Amino acid sequence: MGLLTPDTGTIIWTFIGFLAVFLILKKFAWKPILHAIKERDDSIANALKAADKAKQEVSRLEASNEKILMEARLEREKIIKEARELKESMIMDAKNLAKIESKKMVDEARESIKNEKTAAINDLKKQVAELSVSIAEKVLASELADGDKHKELIDRTLHDIRFM
Amino acid sequence: MQVLRCFLGGLLLMGLSLHSLGAIETQPAHENAALPGEKESAENHEGTAKEKFEPGTFIFDHIGNAHEWHIITIGQTHVTIPLPVILYSKSKGLDIFMSGKFHHGHETYKGYTLETEGEKKGKIVAEDGSLPLDLSITKNVAALFFGIFLILWIFLTVAKAYKRNPLKPPSGLQAFIEPVIFFMRDEVIKPSIGEKHYEKYMPYLLTLFFFIFINNLLGLIPIPPGGANLTGNISVTFVLALFTFIITTVNGTRNYWKHIFNTPGVPLWLKIPIPLMPLVEFLGVFTKPFVLMIRLFANITGGHIIIMGFVCLIYVFSEMSAGLAYGVSIVSISFNIFMTFIELLVAFLQAFIFTFLSSLYFGMAIEEEHH
Repeated sequence: MGLLTPDTGTIIWTFIGFLAVFLILKKFAWKPILHAIKERDDSIANALKAADKAKQEVSRLEASNEKILMEARLEREKIIKEARELKESMIMDAKNLAKIESKKMVDEARESIKNEKTAAINDLKKQVAELSVSIAEKVLASELADGDKHKELIDRTLHDIRFM
Repeated sequence: MQVLRCFLGGLLLMGLSLHSLGAIETQPAHENAALPGEKESAENHEGTAKEKFEPGTFIFDHIGNAHEWHIITIGQTHVTIPLPVILYSKSKGLDIFMSGKFHHGHETYKGYTLETEGEKKGKIVAEDGSLPLDLSITKNVAALFFGIFLILWIFLTVAKAYKRNPLKPPSGLQAFIEPVIFFMRDEVIKPSIGEKHYEKYMPYLLTLFFFIFINNLLGLIPIPPGGANLTGNISVTFVLALFTFIITTVNGTRNYWKHIFNTPGVPLWLKIPIPLMPLVEFLGVFTKPFVLMIRLFANITGGHIIIMGFVCLIYVFSEMSAGLAYGVSIVSISFNIFMTFIELLVAFLQAFIFTFLSSLYFGMAIEEEHH
């Protein structure tokens, strides 16, 4: 049997055998194996992509957190500043108000004192007048007992008030 | 880069083994021519003298095909596994029987004889001298069946593991196969065929690779069911190359055929009036698979011959003196171990080259037009 001459029987058996192996493996082995390998490759690629995305997201979040923190700090400072200003202004207002109020009270007191004084003076004047009238009445009553005297008095009085 | 280096290494090895094949092949031819006469005279002179050891016959019996699977010969007793013989001839019809019926060619059965000498050695011949269609389960076919069984078992098991958990990391047999699949896909098939079409050819190329690789390895195991020179059988490599040829031809695009019959960029005088280039290119369509066939056959057969040659050395020297044979056996066996390691590499390399070149041819066949 020549080494270099192909043998019909072996060719036929090999053809059938190899074809069978190819068809069986294609359907039952390579299809699931290659599918699974591809699926796994895809899932790994996806996982890597997702991890990358998550990393970016985290760094983005970190940046935004930083920003928020900064804003909060600024806000706090602003609030504190405002509060301080408010306090100052409140104290100032209170002071002013107190000053005005006290001034008003003093003025009122002064006014009322003045009024009281005027009233008292008036009262005193009135009482003095009444008293003097009553004294004068009594004096007159005694003076006008006679007629001359009466007349003299009138003249003097008129003279006093520069009526004549 | 790696692929290229592997490829060059393969070519080098291929050249070496081809060379050694040529050297050894011529030798037995001389011996065969010289020996019958010599043997006759020896028999005439000494009568019942011990049969002279013939390395050529010994080696070629082992690497060739046979109707029985020889295991060992103790004295004059051949221990073999008989294999079924299936014959079909127009005059006699279908005949199926075990090869043991021939008693190693000593007896005729149902009018068929197993030739043991001459040009038709190893063939089954009918009484009238015609050759029936021999569909016997010969040594190689039996080895083929075992190889097929092993391949199917391995890959169906692996496929089951993939089906069960496609997303789990591979384990066991799966972890053994997967890197090879990845290597073939990423280093061989994808670069040769291209990102776009490679998936279509994956099943064939992977089957081809593992078929050759596993059968190469089985051929290195010295005892049945290994040891048959299956991938070093020209009929087997012919079928494998035929598949590559059919797929290349069927999938050839318009561009591929245009490159063959009207190669662009070639001076007109090479095409008209004598179609020199088209002829060369058209021949290339057939030489490519032909070279695939010869390369695998020669490499594997060459490897088997070298290993058998080292074994033969021991017997050749033992005919001179026993002491010499013991000395030689140490050298022989060490060289055999060394060669077997080389053959392990060759087993992978040849499977790789066959697949790589097949995918290159497919890549050429489906290449789109580009300028």
